[in-house]
Amino acid sequence: MQKFKEFPKGKINNVEGNCILLKGDDIDTDRIIPARYLKCVNFESLGNQVFADDREEKNGLHPFDIKKNSEASILVVNRNFGCGSSREHAPQALMRWGIRAIVGLSFAEIFYGNCLSLGIPCVKMIEKNLIELEQLINSSHQFRCELDLNKEILISHQNSWPIIINQGASQMLLSGHWDATSTLTKANQEINIVKSNLPYLNQFKIKK
Amino acid sequence: MSSGTLFDKVWDLHKVKDLKGGSTQLFIGLHLVHEVTSPQAFSALQEKNLSVLCPERTFATVDHIVPTHNQNRPFSDPLAEEMLYTLEKNCKQHQIKLFNIGSGNQGIVHVIAPEIGLSQPGMTVVCGDSHTSTHGAFGAIAFGIGTSQVRDVLASQTLSLDKLKVRRIWLNGELSNGVFAKDLILHVIQKLGVKGGVGYAYEFAGPAISKLSMEERMTICNMAIEGGARCGYVNPDSKTFNYLKGKTYSPKGETWERAVKWWESLASNRDATYDDEVELEASAISPTVTWGITPGQSVGIDECIPEKNPLEINDHQIYDEAYAYMNLQPGQSIEGVPVDVCFIGSCTNGRLSDLKAAAEIAKDRKVCKGIKAFVVPGSEKVSKEAKREGLDNIFINAGFEWREPGCSMCLAMNPDRLEGTQISASSSNRNFKGRQGSAKGRTLLMSPAMVAAAAVTGHVTDVRKLKAIQ
Ligand code: SF4
Repeated sequence: MQKFKEFPKGKINNVEGNCILLKGDDIDTDRIIPARYLKCVNFESLGNQVFADDREEKNGLHPFDIKKNSEASILVVNRNFGCGSSREHAPQALMRWGIRAIVGLSFAEIFYGNCLSLGIPCVKMIEKNLIELEQLINSSHQFRCELDLNKEILISHQNSWPIIINQGASQMLLSGHWDATSTLTKANQEINIVKSNLPYLNQFKIKK
Repeated sequence: MSSGTLFDKVWDLHKVKDLKGGSTQLFIGLHLVHEVTSPQAFSALQEKNLSVLCPERTFATVDHIVPTHNQNRPFSDPLAEEMLYTLEKNCKQHQIKLFNIGSGNQGIVHVIAPEIGLSQPGMTVVCGDSHTSTHGAFGAIAFGIGTSQVRDVLASQTLSLDKLKVRRIWLNGELSNGVFAKDLILHVIQKLGVKGGVGYAYEFAGPAISKLSMEERMTICNMAIEGGARCGYVNPDSKTFNYLKGKTYSPKGETWERAVKWWESLASNRDATYDDEVELEASAISPTVTWGITPGQSVGIDECIPEKNPLEINDHQIYDEAYAYMNLQPGQSIEGVPVDVCFIGSCTNGRLSDLKAAAEIAKDRKVCKGIKAFVVPGSEKVSKEAKREGLDNIFINAGFEWREPGCSMCLAMNPDRLEGTQISASSSNRNFKGRQGSAKGRTLLMSPAMVAAAAVTGHVTDVRKLKAIQ
């Protein structure tokens, strides 16, 4: 694992760093963090355990073990990344390993939401561009990029590709309101109105 | 955009406000909590100096880490003990009702909430667990959330969400003999794909769905998430109301009458608009078994493991990975594949009717030599009722082990697990690599009756060929 990098906080306009490529569709959260590591009451040790089984199988050759990737912070993936279990341990493990943004073809929804609530943007690229990006990562020693959420582009030394990001998510990251709790707890009055109108919380008396 | 569906009606009722950026703040009617995804959420609450806003709408149980052999405290695994201890402490501090071991109501969270009448039509239900979609069987909007969202719901009883599209999956006809809800949902996922439902809520409807019991509907909605849909639901009808009548948390007396009226009004309108509609034929479905490493890689028992489809280039890599990992070849028939372990249980198929269907096959037969077969009831209530009907003895006489309730080998966060490359016939919901506790372990998903058939024959078997011995 990398030396400690500060966790995301506040407004997130851009993420800069080396790219790490992880090929394959449908990489599920059981693979990102095997269930046996969920036996914990805090997330602290998860960074070491990310992809534990896959890494053991690849015996040092897994992207997360390869030396040139050790400082990487932008993870590049394929389709339906993060499917399966809703465990937040998966994005937590990736974040604690050092990942600060994920670029791919598509993401599973719960995983996407979990990442957002940690301040980790998951952005999409069209396939043609992603393939180009993959080739550049493969052929360089270290491939550095900047994900610019304002301009909605991923820029490298020589290239710039448009990215696709959900507008709600983008707003939340740019404004620093991705930590939803503070926003949600502000709406007390509105919450009480909904509550007092819900039939099942009010003896099924239906207000007209 | 959908309109007039149950999803739209429930969504609108729970809408607190529009948030910047287009998301909606949605009120949550029922929050279910378990030991794995809650401790970090409670700590975060503490850090932010927040309290639980609606403890009376929050209910907890312990399921993932409980051992199924010996549930005496302290558990022999100190980490498991610490997790339960932490849950007990958090529930006590925040006055949350905990259905603990021995309470008579402990069990897998998605089994217990329906059986005590907590899950009802028209509610929004969340839990830090992706199979929360189960509760959609009652006509609720129910979905899994991550730990940060658990924290949000604890603190505000609301979530920030984007509205889903609604796809109606209409099932014509009816299931034939020996074919179960599990086969139906595996078939749907095979047809629409494991990513097909991303961005959608699935409404399951049509004659074949109306005929299903509530427990069968729970099996269907449970696995909506395996098809990529964050939630699945069935419109409430007289079966829903009959199931709920008299349950601990169901409305009583006059309130009941009013409740049924309201529940009836929630079903999707005849002229509702859907974002997408799909029609499938239930009578064409045969017992279905997964052969690969995603729940979408399944075949009918009378079919062979498929070749890669030359037109679906995107899927080729996952097919190759599956053939290699499972050590199964395209063209090979799924029937006859030998198994090592047979597991009946989980929130998909650990209810009374599941155990009954399996017991019918196990009765007066014997588990094949060398096979480890075990039954894990989904809850203390299921266990009790099964015992009352003598199912435990049927299984034990056949050579199955009868265990205490919990998630067990569905995900192996407890002592129940596969070893090495063992292959299991399993009534659970995920066949991902390593899911059942061994990094090389293999899983074949199927209905509980099919698992029982595999146990007594030693290999994947068409349950229709094994008539119940009278
Ligand atoms: S039975 Fe399996 S899928 Fe269901 S809640 Fe437990 S671990 Fe999750």
